[in-house]
Amino acid sequence: MRALLQRFSFLLMVLAAIGLMMMTRVDPVFIDAARARVTDAFAPILGFIARPAGAVASVLESGRQLTALYAENQRLREDNERLRQWQQTALRLEAENNSLRGLLAYKPDPAASYITARVIADPGGAFVRTLVVMAGQRDGVRRGQAAMAGQGVIGRVVQVGEWSSRILLVTDLNARIPVVLETTRQRAMLSGDNSDQPRLMYIPRGVEPTVGERVFTSGHGGLFPAGLPVGIVAATHDGETRVTPIVDLSRIEYVQLVDFGIPGGLAAEAAQPGAMQ
Amino acid sequence: MAVGIWQRLDQAGRNSVPFSTTVAAMLVGMMPLQLPDYSFVAPPLTLMAIYYWAIYRPDLLKPYMAFGIGVLQDLLGGSPLGMSALVYVLAYWLVLTQRRYFLGNSFWFLWLGFALVAVGAGAVQWVAYSLMTAHLVAPGNVVAQALLAIVLFPLPAWCFSKLHRSLLS
Repeated sequence: MRALLQRFSFLLMVLAAIGLMMMTRVDPVFIDAARARVTDAFAPILGFIARPAGAVASVLESGRQLTALYAENQRLREDNERLRQWQQTALRLEAENNSLRGLLAYKPDPAASYITARVIADPGGAFVRTLVVMAGQRDGVRRGQAAMAGQGVIGRVVQVGEWSSRILLVTDLNARIPVVLETTRQRAMLSGDNSDQPRLMYIPRGVEPTVGERVFTSGHGGLFPAGLPVGIVAATHDGETRVTPIVDLSRIEYVQLVDFGIPGGLAAEAAQPGAMQ
Repeated sequence: MAVGIWQRLDQAGRNSVPFSTTVAAMLVGMMPLQLPDYSFVAPPLTLMAIYYWAIYRPDLLKPYMAFGIGVLQDLLGGSPLGMSALVYVLAYWLVLTQRRYFLGNSFWFLWLGFALVAVGAGAVQWVAYSLMTAHLVAPGNVVAQALLAIVLFPLPAWCFSKLHRSLLS
C-alpha cells in the first residue's frame, strides 16, 4: 500500500512538472512575474556569493596578465599612438557632422542614459544563456533595454524585478537581433543557437559577408537603436555565416543597460517566440 | 521537559542539512566564475546533492523537496519552468528504486550510479527542451556537461559525506 502511494506521488509530481512546462506556454506573463519575484528574493544571496567568485576570478586574471606584461605594454603604446590619430579624425568629423546637421535641421535620436549593474548570477546549464544583474525597476531598468558590456551589445533585458533583472544573451537559442553588415549595409538577423557564435540569417543569395567585417544593430523592429557594435563575422561556409560576439560573454562582470528612450514595447514583445520570454 | 528546546532546535537544524546543502549547491552553481566556456558545461551540483541525499537520507530530503528545489532552480535560472523539477523527481525515483545497489557498496558503485543518473538527466533535459522549443538542440553541450559532472562527482560527494558524517550520524 505504501509503495503504491509512493509511486502515485512520484507520478503526480512528474505530471505536475510537465504541467508547469505547459503553463509557460499558456500564461507566460504570470510565469515571468513569478520569475522576477523569486529572482528578487534571492538576489541579495546571489550578490553575496558572487563577490568571492569575482575575487577568485580577478586573482586568476592578474596572474595571467603578469606573464604578458611587457608585450601588453608595447601593444598599448602602439595602440595609444594610433588612437590619438583617430581622435583627431573623430574631432574633425564631429565638427563637420555638427555643421552639416545644422544645415539640414536634422532631428537627432534622443540621448541615451546608462544604468550600470553588477552581474550576480550566471545560471549556466546547457540550454539557456542568461545573466542576472543587480538592478531593477527602481533603478530604471525596463524590459527590452539593450545590455552592453565594454564596447558591444551582449543582449537585452527580458525580465525585470524590483531590484534585479535578467539579460538574455545574444547567443541564447531565443535571441534574435536585427543587424546590418558594415561594408555592404546588408540587413540580416543575428540568431543565437546556444553555441558561442550566433548565426546570420536571412541574407539574400549573392551577398557574401566577408570574414572580419563588423556587424551592427540595424535598429529595425524598434528593439535596439541602430549602430551598436554586436560582433565580427568569423566564418562563412555553405551559406552559413557565424558571428563572434565583440564582447567575451563568459567574462562579464558589469553590464550597462542602455535606455535610448525608444518606445519599443510592442515590437519587443512580438519578436520573441520560445520558452524564455 | 525530557527533551529541551535547544536540543530540539539542534536536531531540527541537523535534520535540515540535506535540504539546505542542496539549495546551497544550487546557488553556488549559479556563481559567475568568469571562466571561458565554463558556464555552458557547469557541473549540475544540485543533481549531485539530490543524488547523494536520496541515497543516504531519503527521510530528510523528501521527493517533494527535490521537486520544489527544481522549480526554484527553473525560476531562478531562466530555464523552462518544470524542466529541472522533472529531472530531479525522475532522478530521485530512479535512485530510490535502485537504492540497495548503491548503499553500502563501495564508492565505485556510488560513482557508477551517478554516472547513470547524470547521463539520464542530460537525456531527459535534452528531449524536454527540444520538444518545448520545437528545435533540435545540438547535444554537444549536454554531453560535455554530463561528462564533466561524472568526472567531478567525487569532490562534491566527499564534501556531502563529510557533512553527513559530522552532523547527521
